Amino acid sequence: MINPKTQNKIAIGTLYGVAGLVVLILMALLGYILISGLPQLSWHFLTAPAKAFLKGGGVGIQLYNSFYLLILAMLISFPIALGAAIYLYEYAKDNWVTTTIRTAIEILSSLPSVVVGLFGFLFFVVKLNLGFSILSGAFALTFFNLPLLTRSIEDSLRTIDTTQREGGLALGLSRWETVTRVILPAAVPSILTGVILSAGRVFGEAAALIYTAGQSAPALDFTDWNPFNISSPLNPMRPAETLAVHIWKINSEGIMPDAKAISSGSSAVLVLAILLFNFAARYLGKRLYKRLTSA
Amino acid sequence: MFLSNDITQNTEMLDRHVVQPADPQHPTILSTEDLHVYYGKKEAIAEGDLRFASNQITALIGPSGSGKSTFLRSLNRMNDRIATVTGRIMYRGVDINQPDIDVYEMRRRVGMVFQRPNPFAKSIYDNIAFALRLRGVTDKHALDEIVETSLKQAALWNQVKDDLNKSALALSGGQAQRLCIARAIAVKPDILLLDEPASALDPVSTSQLEDTLLELKQHYSIIIVTHNMQQAGRISEYTAFFNQGRVLEYDTTSHIFTNPQVQVTSDYVSGNFG
Ligand SMILES: Nc1ncnc2c1ncn2[C@@H]1O[C@H](COP(=O)(O)OP(=O)(O)O)[C@@H](O)[C@H]1O
Ligand SMILES: [Mg+2]
Repeated sequence: MINPKTQNKIAIGTLYGVAGLVVLILMALLGYILISGLPQLSWHFLTAPAKAFLKGGGVGIQLYNSFYLLILAMLISFPIALGAAIYLYEYAKDNWVTTTIRTAIEILSSLPSVVVGLFGFLFFVVKLNLGFSILSGAFALTFFNLPLLTRSIEDSLRTIDTTQREGGLALGLSRWETVTRVILPAAVPSILTGVILSAGRVFGEAAALIYTAGQSAPALDFTDWNPFNISSPLNPMRPAETLAVHIWKINSEGIMPDAKAISSGSSAVLVLAILLFNFAARYLGKRLYKRLTSA
Repeated sequence: MFLSNDITQNTEMLDRHVVQPADPQHPTILSTEDLHVYYGKKEAIAEGDLRFASNQITALIGPSGSGKSTFLRSLNRMNDRIATVTGRIMYRGVDINQPDIDVYEMRRRVGMVFQRPNPFAKSIYDNIAFALRLRGVTDKHALDEIVETSLKQAALWNQVKDDLNKSALALSGGQAQRLCIARAIAVKPDILLLDEPASALDPVSTSQLEDTLLELKQHYSIIIVTHNMQQAGRISEYTAFFNQGRVLEYDTTSHIFTNPQVQVTSDYVSGNFG
């Protein structure tokens, strides 16, 4: 029998060890990606279009596509997720309907993204005849994102104390007024953090996009902002390979001579972007919260 | 002054003793008739029949779980969706426990302050002004004036008048609770319901809060739940003693404390249980 003090020490030591190992692996991974990728980065690399057979292609269009898809997917999924979360947390009674919805969300959120992608291919691309397009991709990303975002917003609402709701009702506000004027403003920092974090996930998603937004990045004319023109960056019906899909594609079938370098560079860009999302989420969340709670 | 019988100490104590206030200077402003409250099938209030005198402070005391909060929250329909409330709640001749009552309007007439201070994550000014804005008071001068008078009545004005745009979440507990009172009275209620408003406050803030309530009763009729018997004794004219979902004794505070007619009340106010 070891005494409690030693036991405690061993437990803490083990926990530190495990945590340290995880951090170490993460650092090694990040370090490897950044060390091999950062030297590839240049203005040219970030802006030039890709080349299929020759050296010296960039990822400009893929990078742009990633952001455009992200924004579209967020524009579609955020209002739906917000509505669903408000309904589930603020209005729904605990009955079988709510339970069913929650279970559905649970299942959706655990679907492998490649399954979401195949569903998107069959439904949006083929059935609705949207083709390999930004729109198909955005819908697939919405399916991928919706459950997680709904849960994250619901969690944000949960952090607002019930006494706040009672405070609103006691002043003669309706439930809707209480939610929109008291609860949502107070939950904004936490909701924002959740949205940015999910944006990071969406940004790095590849499997859901391969068969929906497609694997080709037609040349874009950045002077043409008419969304109906095929080479317009805004056109939602064009196929749009994203950065994450690009990495996957180069590694599986890239035939340009500098495929390895481009893949490393793209990975570094992706990782940097996602890190940026994460830090932005923390920073903005904290700042907003401070602004709400102090002077 | 009261319908009370002559007070002669009964050796045989009653099991129930309710004397409704009947002071013509302070006519009844709110009364409950045959009030029952159920959480699901569980009955939390069985027959509450109380009349509340206007511009007086009525204290609701009793052991934890005796139904004080349940009763109080029924008075402004805060138990809608949570509990089933049957019986009548008469306010100015209207039964406000009917389904077709405009609950939102009614709650502005019957304000409520909670146990834990719950200022909104807004500026001090907006905590008070935003409910008014929602009801169409948009004139800046009018709003300024209401904010100022409410804060003055809640005895908070002098401490915050230079910080009106600061977040209310930075206030101390006692200040936050005063802000909640100011917020409640800004919509001009008749009645203020307070559920153990001082239980989260330190002794100094508590005593300041009591002074404020004594001031406020000139303008509002106050019903306050408290677990602090000294507090009930210090500030209230009437006291109702709750036990196991029933009002066992209701009378002037001095009678309840000096001459309780029910054994359980006597035990409770002398600190023998609860
Ligand atoms: N939301 C609720 N759901 C179910 N039962 C409740 C709820 N609130 C209170 N009760 C029950 O009702 C009874 C009275 O509670 P309450 O009114 O809070 O008493 P008090 O305020 O006097 O301490 C208790 O038995 C309590 O467990
Ligand atoms: Mg209580």
